[in-house]
Amino acid sequence: MRAFEYHAPTSLNEALSLLQELGEAARPLAGGTDLVVQMKENATKFAAPSHIVNLLRVPELGGIEFSESVGLRIGAGATMAEVAESLIIRERYQAIVEGAALVGSIQTMNMATVGGNLCNAAPSADIAPPLLAFEAEAVIVGPAGRRSLPLEEFFLGPGKTALAVDELVAEVRVPVPSAGIGSAYDRHTPRKQMDIAVVGVAATLSIAGNRVERARVALGAVAPTPVRARRAEGALEGQPPSDDVFARAAEIAAMECSPIADVRASAEFRRYIVRVMTMRMLREVRDRARSG
Amino acid sequence: MPKQLINLTVNGSPYEVAVEPRWTLLEMVREELRFSGSKEGCGTGDCGACSMILRGPQDGRGRLITSCLMLAAQAEGCEVTTIEGLATNGRLHPVQQAFIDTGGVQCGFCTPGMIMASKALLDRNPSPTLEEVREGLAGNLCRCTGYAKIYEAVMHASKAGK
Repeated sequence: MRAFEYHAPTSLNEALSLLQELGEAARPLAGGTDLVVQMKENATKFAAPSHIVNLLRVPELGGIEFSESVGLRIGAGATMAEVAESLIIRERYQAIVEGAALVGSIQTMNMATVGGNLCNAAPSADIAPPLLAFEAEAVIVGPAGRRSLPLEEFFLGPGKTALAVDELVAEVRVPVPSAGIGSAYDRHTPRKQMDIAVVGVAATLSIAGNRVERARVALGAVAPTPVRARRAEGALEGQPPSDDVFARAAEIAAMECSPIADVRASAEFRRYIVRVMTMRMLREVRDRARSG
Repeated sequence: MPKQLINLTVNGSPYEVAVEPRWTLLEMVREELRFSGSKEGCGTGDCGACSMILRGPQDGRGRLITSCLMLAAQAEGCEVTTIEGLATNGRLHPVQQAFIDTGGVQCGFCTPGMIMASKALLDRNPSPTLEEVREGLAGNLCRCTGYAKIYEAVMHASKAGK
């Protein structure tokens, strides 16, 4: 690893002034499961940082809270393990737990943070599709104060986000789920553990009577960013939650994504898996929405 | 880059160490403190040979981490446990003893990490199922293909194995 200067702010304001003062030369560091690897391999998507700002001691970035009026707040510094173990997230936002629990090993889950997973902006980030399917917002802090951005607009491309160099993601806000909502996330990987999604699919459904009131489908690793499958959602809403309707929506999701071919899979295979996994997730969510 | 002083506890003893910012926790523990039980396998968090248990100032319980991905400076104020910290008064920890009794060790390179992961698992789940053991050790690779004996060791050391 190249040499750098290390800073360990103990408040959000201190962290933000450091980032403002150091500009492009600095990188914020949390769990290290992406950034330290990239620095060791000298494969950062930016110039090797000459300053590292440790965020682990910034108390404002931690914690997970829920209230019926505001919904869920996940501090950017919350680890995947904290998310996966959170009782309220397990109860109300099952797909988010499923995404967090798929990130690496126990060790990775104990270190990797929600903010880090989002800011690294891998198209395959497992926490992203579930958060998109719940219409989460990123709360961004910087010299100009706080701003909120729908997560969909936060991702700009592989490794690229709407974050300026002197800004940080402070937390993720997730609205209160509507009554009777079901959710699920899963991904396809050749190996069971320690792999990166070839395709990830998250879905949420609100079913009233025999009609899908609201559907959200979000896909990972099949576009430059994690994306919503809006046309598939349109094919679900207002329809009965039947296998036929699901099959058509799954077909549409496979058509509307834009996968690349790489070492993990061909583009055609990714489309095929999107169809299979979307169908699987929708059926799973239907069961959960009905039993919940 | 000038070194900076950090304070932390390793295996129950307090240390003040001058570290270079780019040192990982693993490098510091091995090279400066000379606890060489933890190994560097891949250096990228995939193999688990460097696994340690880290308890931060705010943490209730220690958590398993890959020390090759944490900067030494980030461990300021933390309590770190490595394989050298498990035995008490010359008596091996039950997990260590179980690895010996069941033959869960071949070349030994992955063993310190395997044992730390096993201990962390049993601390939070004293009676795991075999499937839970496999999940708990999914971040630890053994290239001697000794997994069956390793799982056996953990089951043996668990409450259910007693």
